Amino acid sequence: MKGSLNKLSGGGRAWTLIALALAFAAGAWFESLGFFEFTKDNTDEIWILFVEHVQLVLISSAISIGIGVPTGILLTRGFMRRYRNSSLNLLGICQTVPSLAVIAIAMTYLGIGKKTAIFALVIYGLLPIIRNSVAGLANVDPVILDAGRGIGMNPRQLLFRIELPNALYIILAGIRTSMVINVGTAAMSFLVGGGGLGDLIFSGIAMVDPGYMLAGAVPTAALAIFLNWFLGKVEGWAISPGLIYEQSGASDI
Amino acid sequence: MIRLEKVTKIYPGTNVPAVNDVDLEVQKGEICVLIGSSGCGKTTLMRMINRLIPITSGTIYIDDQNILDIDPIELRRHIGYAIQQIGLFPHMTVYDNIATVPRLLKWEKKRIDERVDELLNLVQLEPAQFRHRYPRELSGGQAQRIGVARAMATDPPVMLMDEPFGAIDPINREVLQDEFLKIQSQIKKTIVFITHDIHEAIKMGDRITLLDAGRLVQFGTPEELLTNPKNQFVKDFVGADRALKRLDLLKVRDAMLENPVHCHESDDVASVAQAMREKGLNFLLVNDPRDRLKGYVTLRDLYDQSGKVGDFTKPMTLTVRPEQNLKDALSKMLTFDIGIVVAVDNDGKLMGVLNTMTLAQVVGQTYDEHGGRWGKITAGGKIL
Repeated sequence: MKGSLNKLSGGGRAWTLIALALAFAAGAWFESLGFFEFTKDNTDEIWILFVEHVQLVLISSAISIGIGVPTGILLTRGFMRRYRNSSLNLLGICQTVPSLAVIAIAMTYLGIGKKTAIFALVIYGLLPIIRNSVAGLANVDPVILDAGRGIGMNPRQLLFRIELPNALYIILAGIRTSMVINVGTAAMSFLVGGGGLGDLIFSGIAMVDPGYMLAGAVPTAALAIFLNWFLGKVEGWAISPGLIYEQSGASDI
Repeated sequence: MIRLEKVTKIYPGTNVPAVNDVDLEVQKGEICVLIGSSGCGKTTLMRMINRLIPITSGTIYIDDQNILDIDPIELRRHIGYAIQQIGLFPHMTVYDNIATVPRLLKWEKKRIDERVDELLNLVQLEPAQFRHRYPRELSGGQAQRIGVARAMATDPPVMLMDEPFGAIDPINREVLQDEFLKIQSQIKKTIVFITHDIHEAIKMGDRITLLDAGRLVQFGTPEELLTNPKNQFVKDFVGADRALKRLDLLKVRDAMLENPVHCHESDDVASVAQAMREKGLNFLLVNDPRDRLKGYVTLRDLYDQSGKVGDFTKPMTLTVRPEQNLKDALSKMLTFDIGIVVAVDNDGKLMGVLNTMTLAQVVGQTYDEHGGRWGKITAGGKIL
């Protein structure tokens, strides 16, 4: 494990250089589009929208997780198992509806505002979380469940001490996917008056002002990249070192 | 200690009972082995004892208490449970795995620490070295030891073990069996032990319960099963398996007929043919001047010929070596449909002959040793 980490960081140095070069080139290009000038003049406003965007993402994701993980748990309990496939299929179909349409549909019922935006983001973020929760829990080795039951764990102990810790990697991967997608989707909240960095992006597009648009797009992209990295770290902290080899076998869904 | 009365299990959606009307009593401090081929119901029977599988009809008592009167979770916490696939929790260290049940029973930390070290010593794993390892960092044998340690964590009077050494290589399995018997001689648990290996059953069991298609066929000590098999099924189960196992252990050297009849390639054809006729031999092995096997001749080839035997010799295409095991030799004989193989050493020197008769003799000894009824089968045709 250590060896591969070292190797990664060794290769990482070369990548860092390349990334820096690319960032420099992008910076030069952005400068020519007026990005930095706009940003410098409007730091406060961008910051407010950024915070708003982060709020949208965090609130909607928290709700998605709060609904999604328990739903995944329910769908893997004995009495609910027969609904599992139909539920997942239904969710799959929902996911094929474009995010913009979800937001539009939500608006027709809830009107304009943050609530509508959050509602749509929650709906859109649910599928990866539920699907991965179900997959993670369903894939826990039945042998260790039998062992747990056999030594006298009750269903609750089995869930919290055996099933969830072993399914954690896949569940967290689902949460990560959901949240990273959410950052992008949240940009559309602007369309229903939900605020966020989408304000700058869509206005920039409308005004054909690349600097304006980039002032929204660059922080959005940065937020998504940061969140992806950060949640990867969280996975590293949260998952038992005893499962470390199994991680390489699992994949983001 | 454990008493089963007319226990039957019919799985939902089937008509055929998986366990059919079984009466059984396991004495305190004894290892009772459940044995039978796969699908005979032994695992089902065992899993009914800790209520992992509900009983269809009949009653199971532990210490004269009907297990249905005990809360299943409580019941299981007081019955040790070890399975073939071990089922160590991969996300927990060795310490946490062993400490699982003590924690469920809310033991104090200090007591758990002491118990874990005690158990690790008992299964001969150095506590300081193994306590904080994860299951993936253990070898199969070590993991199996931890599995047994976990089952013994709270010192339960009863233990259920489903092929606990089944996934271990034969050498380590022997070691684990020996260790476990040594431990058992001190701790004297009441153990229900599943295996499908008659060797293991005879070695581990104070009593053996042979099951077939859900029914109890014979219950008794290993001696009783071997010397007094109740019917053909028991005989087959105990006997056939042992004989074949024995073939695995024995070498061609142990069974071959040494110094077999042969002739020399420079011998005169007429006199060899004459000698073969007198001895009633249809074919004969031929050696070269350095006593290496050259091949064989048949009486028909020598008929009315003259000259040296060497000119009529056919090569022997299939030979075995004395140090090969008998199973390989038998398998060659069966594959090539021949009743005899010749054993030669690395230089090609004729060492002996192995035929089905001598093989039967060796297998016969196996029965004999263990008190089978048939005794030794010897070569030599009619006895009078």
